[in-house]
Amino acid sequence: MSKHDLVIVGGGPAGLSAAYEAYKEGIRDIVIIERDSFLGGILNQCIHNGFGLHRFKEELTGPEYASRYIDMVKTTSAIIKSDSMVLHVTDNKEVHYVNKDEGYQIIEAKAVILAMGCRERTRGAISIPGTRASGVFTAGACQKYVNMDGYLVGKRIVILGSGDIGLIMARRMTLEGCKVLAVVELMPYSNGLNRNVVQCLNDFNIPLYLSHTVTDLIGKNRVEKVIVSKVDENRKPIKGTEMEFECDTLLLSVGLIPENELSKEAGVELDRRTNGPVVYENMETSIPGIFACGNVLHVHDLVDNVSLEASKAGKSAAKYILSKKELSNDYINLVNGNEVSYTCPQKIRKDNVDDVIEVFFRVRSVMKNKRILVKSNGEVISKVMRLHLAPGEMESVKITKEQLSTCSDTIEISVEED
Amino acid sequence: MKKLICITCPRGCHLEIDEETLDVKGNACPRGKEYGINEITNPKRTITSTVKIVGAEINRLPVKTDKPIAKSLMFDVMKELDKICVSHPITRGTVIISNVLGSDVNIIACRDL
Repeated sequence: MSKHDLVIVGGGPAGLSAAYEAYKEGIRDIVIIERDSFLGGILNQCIHNGFGLHRFKEELTGPEYASRYIDMVKTTSAIIKSDSMVLHVTDNKEVHYVNKDEGYQIIEAKAVILAMGCRERTRGAISIPGTRASGVFTAGACQKYVNMDGYLVGKRIVILGSGDIGLIMARRMTLEGCKVLAVVELMPYSNGLNRNVVQCLNDFNIPLYLSHTVTDLIGKNRVEKVIVSKVDENRKPIKGTEMEFECDTLLLSVGLIPENELSKEAGVELDRRTNGPVVYENMETSIPGIFACGNVLHVHDLVDNVSLEASKAGKSAAKYILSKKELSNDYINLVNGNEVSYTCPQKIRKDNVDDVIEVFFRVRSVMKNKRILVKSNGEVISKVMRLHLAPGEMESVKITKEQLSTCSDTIEISVEED
Repeated sequence: MKKLICITCPRGCHLEIDEETLDVKGNACPRGKEYGINEITNPKRTITSTVKIVGAEINRLPVKTDKPIAKSLMFDVMKELDKICVSHPITRGTVIISNVLGSDVNIIACRDL
């Protein structure tokens, strides 16, 4: 058993940003544990651009964004353990990991930051009927094969799900010489960013079928065709609307799940809305000294927001290690109001907010010209106007310390008519 | 009339542009007008892809155009990238192809490998 001040589980964008910030705040004894051979996480396979517009004020590709943070972390004293897998995190902040050189190791940490990211939902998660032919991949797996390993998984492709990864892969595979026959989306709107719909589909005349889904998959050894049907307002397939696509590959971009097996085992309280830990204003989970940030906490659409959130976790972990001050148990609960599907953080300890707290949230549907209201006890404490809202675009509101002082036990965030 | 969705901001205005007079309708701000005119007269894209690399820990080196290039050249650039094979080590920012297809655009490496 060894002892370290701060252990960060995961060396992707969240882990890197958290490490850098904790170092800046005075922590020198930091260990980052990463299961892959490289730092940077999923950014390494996201070779498209559009990253960093907020954080670095320029448009970078995924590998470039990752490299900036890797370089920053290399200027610190953080110890990096790559090819190392964390097996357990305990409630008394022991981190158990294994790797080829050291075998099974246990670190006793003063603070732990969970930054494990998320994984893709698979065919099993959405129960697509049909045969078990090969040729069904998650979009992210296909992205790794083509962008890092140099393998093309198929030639004629149908993509289910119009989230950003699905859209990005439609363009990527088209540029690599494949024919993308259709992008099929269950909802009546795309969950991806507007710029991706335009630059990944419209640029290549790839049809987007909204309110449609895959209802059958045909093929003996390899996928031969998929059947796509229109769905009604309850998302049930409508008989007689079937379309046939002859293809060899079905890519799935049907959602991401925060990877919280370690958090759960440690006894961290999870939120059913986000599938991530419940956190306080400082990214601290229900276990004092264990923090969470990035896609393990809630799925983000912009890495810039991950970096920002993780730097908050890094700063808070440093504060936790350096000051032994106990925080009060007095907190405000944040609850969903009209059209809001979750908030992060979920709890705010008033006396631990410096000047202002930014609350991130998602809405349930696409809306135009609405007001976002922050209410406590039926009183509106803040309102902001939004021209455009969509489930695929994370929103935020700022609540000042002064506004918080007027709040009692709950704050509700809602979207109302202008 | 050409119909486009503006991507300058998340609002996504639906634009209608007259291809002859370059008159833009449906934009909520001046940036929409500029976007619409550019998309009709001289559409450009940054291309990101990979080239083969040998001797490195992975098989593909991510690359990009160092500035946006004419949209019509996208597939020709991809063909040029197919011809390239580089060797480890490469530092990011290294020019992999200079003035690709006679344009003033370079293909550069996006990662140290």
